[in-house]
Amino acid sequence: MFKTFRLSQTLAATLCLSAALATTPAFSQESTDPIKLTLHDWTGQLITTEIMGEVLKKAGYSVEYVQADYLAQFAGLESGDLHVAMEMWETTGRDAMDAATATGKVENFGETGMQAKEEWWYPEYMKEKCPGLPNWEALKSEACAEAFSIPETAPKGRYLGGPVTWGGFDDERVEALELPFEVIHAGTDAALFAELESAYQRQAPILLWIYAPHWAPAKYKGEWVEFPPYSKECYEDPAAGLNPDAAYDCGKPFGPIWKVGWAGVKDKWPGAYAAIKAFTVDNDEMGAMITKVDLEGQKISDVVAEWMTANEARWSEWIKK
Amino acid sequence: MGASFPFLQPVSTPLPERAGQRAVRARWLWPAALLAFVLFWQFAKPVAKWAFVYPSAWELPAARWIGRATKWLQDEATFGLFTFTDLTRFVAAVIDLPYRAVLSLLSTGLLSGQGSSAVQQLPPLSWLAVLAIVALIGHHAGGLRLAALVTACFGFLVLFGQWTSAMVTLASIVVAVPIGVVVGLVLGLAAFRWPPFERALVPVLDLMQTIPVFAYLVPVLVFFGFGPTAAIVATLIYALPPMARVTILALRSVPSEIRDLGNMVGCSRRQMTWRVMIPSAKDSLMVGVNQVIMLSLNMVIIASMIGAGGLGFDVLAALRRLDIGAGLEAGLAIVALAVALDRLSQAYAEKAGQPAALAPSGTGLVARHPYLVAALAVVIVTFLAGLAVPAAQVFPEGWQVSTGAFWSEVVRWINVNFFDALEAIRNAILLNLLVPLKRLLGGLPWSGVVLMLALAGYRLGGLRLATLVGVLALLIAVTGQWEKATITVYLCGVSVVFAALIGIPLGILAAERERLWRWLQLVIDTLQTLPSFVYLMPVVMLFRVGDFTAMIAVVAYAVAPAIRYTVLGLQRVDPRVVEAGRAMGCTRLQILTKIKLKLALPEIMLGLNQTIMFALSMLVITALVGTRDLGQEVYIALTKADTGRGLIAGLSVAFIAIIADRLISAGARRIRERVS
Repeated sequence: MFKTFRLSQTLAATLCLSAALATTPAFSQESTDPIKLTLHDWTGQLITTEIMGEVLKKAGYSVEYVQADYLAQFAGLESGDLHVAMEMWETTGRDAMDAATATGKVENFGETGMQAKEEWWYPEYMKEKCPGLPNWEALKSEACAEAFSIPETAPKGRYLGGPVTWGGFDDERVEALELPFEVIHAGTDAALFAELESAYQRQAPILLWIYAPHWAPAKYKGEWVEFPPYSKECYEDPAAGLNPDAAYDCGKPFGPIWKVGWAGVKDKWPGAYAAIKAFTVDNDEMGAMITKVDLEGQKISDVVAEWMTANEARWSEWIKK
Repeated sequence: MGASFPFLQPVSTPLPERAGQRAVRARWLWPAALLAFVLFWQFAKPVAKWAFVYPSAWELPAARWIGRATKWLQDEATFGLFTFTDLTRFVAAVIDLPYRAVLSLLSTGLLSGQGSSAVQQLPPLSWLAVLAIVALIGHHAGGLRLAALVTACFGFLVLFGQWTSAMVTLASIVVAVPIGVVVGLVLGLAAFRWPPFERALVPVLDLMQTIPVFAYLVPVLVFFGFGPTAAIVATLIYALPPMARVTILALRSVPSEIRDLGNMVGCSRRQMTWRVMIPSAKDSLMVGVNQVIMLSLNMVIIASMIGAGGLGFDVLAALRRLDIGAGLEAGLAIVALAVALDRLSQAYAEKAGQPAALAPSGTGLVARHPYLVAALAVVIVTFLAGLAVPAAQVFPEGWQVSTGAFWSEVVRWINVNFFDALEAIRNAILLNLLVPLKRLLGGLPWSGVVLMLALAGYRLGGLRLATLVGVLALLIAVTGQWEKATITVYLCGVSVVFAALIGIPLGILAAERERLWRWLQLVIDTLQTLPSFVYLMPVVMLFRVGDFTAMIAVVAYAVAPAIRYTVLGLQRVDPRVVEAGRAMGCTRLQILTKIKLKLALPEIMLGLNQTIMFALSMLVITALVGTRDLGQEVYIALTKADTGRGLIAGLSVAFIAIIADRLISAGARRIRERVS
């Protein structure tokens, strides 16, 4: 008795809901189970995910956010415990993503529209000590290397690279371009920015791996080093590029930020699948939102709500059948 | 309060006493062996390169085997009716039930429907209700003072806006702890009853405690699904061993008179266990419960990486945007939870040790269960109040306080004003101590080191210990982990020396000064439960990434047992011996060095043992500031979801821990024999 009552109540509520939202298309044969989206520990990803979640809610889906580690989440995406991961960076997540899609249980849902940029970066005040910047050739001079050095690395300069797990081929790059620098790997992203904050406060020398979209380029004044532009051949063929005997004699690739998810999403929630595939934002609007949250202290939910009202035409297009 | 219980000490395994099996004592053995080792190390390299760097052709592909075995378990292993994965998924579902129930009580409220379309039927317990209930529990366990303390701890959570996350964390602790206690108790009982089972169980417990959690995170996720349940399982693997160990020890120390009495009155086996043995071991068992609680709280950060959410997630997210204040507040919220739960469980442990109070004479419900009735009343009243006044249900945001940018400013101030001085200290230690030592250890021949370890084992504990130590050390080399293992030993070794140099003198100072000891306890309790990530980032700002920063983090965490055991050992020295010494005209210094420290040496060595275990358990964290040791290897394996690679590196860490533990325990036992 009770169960039937509850069921009919839910049914009535659902009917009311779909009647209220006139724009909501009625998807047939879709599961009413919640779609699980993963949350990681950086603001941009939280914003992207929450926008997607809000949009799916508007389309009448039930959504659940699950906090998960960026790389450990693949175990969950493969088994279907988790469903959608909104930011998988070409630059840091490619290997894990390829391994997962190779199993056939994880599907690439396409680009988010954002481009990940990663490169060597220095604060603006370092230009005085190493005037040739941002051209990478300036780093070859002894004076410049000295300016970026600390006691353990002197007379070589110190370059703070990303965690070992990010790859990035910086050791190889230093060798191929014959830069008088030593590559030190930070263990985590947090440690990387802790060092930048520290150096910036003291206006001390620092040269490190920065990526965008991120709050750091908005908070600190500085520039990317300009290396010879990336090409596939440069990474794969030693003969290509400046140094005829070594690969990696160029800058880092730009890469899209991908959406990935469980391969079963397509059949279980076809409408949601279409909406997730249609989702796009670009670097500039994301950068602005990250700044609002991390530097101006606004709440993520407020920033997302603001975006939702400003872009109604855009997202209703995504959930249109 | 019951300060006599170690706060966070994984109980070390006592080796069975082997009377008469004395190690050979030949005076010339050590000098000769050392000389041979040095000669070999200096001159043999051109002749026998294989003895220095383990040839990769000899390596066992153990990582691949483990990887394949997990794959098989995951995809093929079956019990006929159901597969292995079905079994683990079933376990996960069983754990999920109580978790959902507690979570809806504390955090989400009673929901119908799933995900965002869920409708809240009943609100969760309001902050007022939880506060009142913990106060009642505190009063029940330890009177007004304890009630005030736990209320203050939970009040901190409310005031600093940590409530929502803290309740999520609390929910997983509330579910994990009883499961850990029951499973640990059953394992311990079984081990007590069947000695062969104990022999099989103890090494497994050792591994569960010493393999870094990151190493088995991937298999746990695969088998138990992604989310809070997997986090609870990972927490259990780490937090359950002390309970099993304590159970074995506690049952064994039940006086034989009590057992005889049980036999005389004709107890059946079951009655003997549940009516005689367990009740008389109750107060020791409560120590195990306390350990499970504390270790579960230690796992909060890692659990949040695999979907547990809560305070751990807040800490990580705050530090990724370098908001030191917010990270510290969330970290201190974990400390507040830990202090409240620790003090409550200790108070119950003390209560369990005392004879039960007379049953209340009244017959009414209120008289028989005053606390239960009061709690029910609180729930009803606050529920109604919550309906009338929203602030009684959810603490209004406007009333919350925060330290805001204060802590970031403090770090900035230190950074701007003292960086050069700190940098000088760092460079001096790094260039004169750390770097040379790293080179020295890295250059030692693995074959010689394995032999020397086996020899030490032989001298301290006979042939059996020698075999154990030798084989474990050899396994590290055979699986290709030797180089990273030497970096691990170097980093942990240096940290342990510093921890001992700081901890033991502090312990000596505090042993006779009650007030100082009380403050010191507060400090070390905080250091042990505050997630190290919270102070790691400020340390990186002041000392850059690298080995020195890693060392500071390890020392901060590992100094606690060095202090605690020194104090414990000194306080246990028989006052009559000290009195006798004074009568003989010893000076204060002589009493300290000749009598007290000598008698306390076994305890201090056990403290050292624990310091090493703590240092090793910090390895994974040091990987986060860019070290290149086994911790980094485990971390890389995690990010590549490579189960085999992670477990092999994790096992190497465990082997180092077991080697150190066995050698030091054997040494401590010999000293104790000599002293008595």
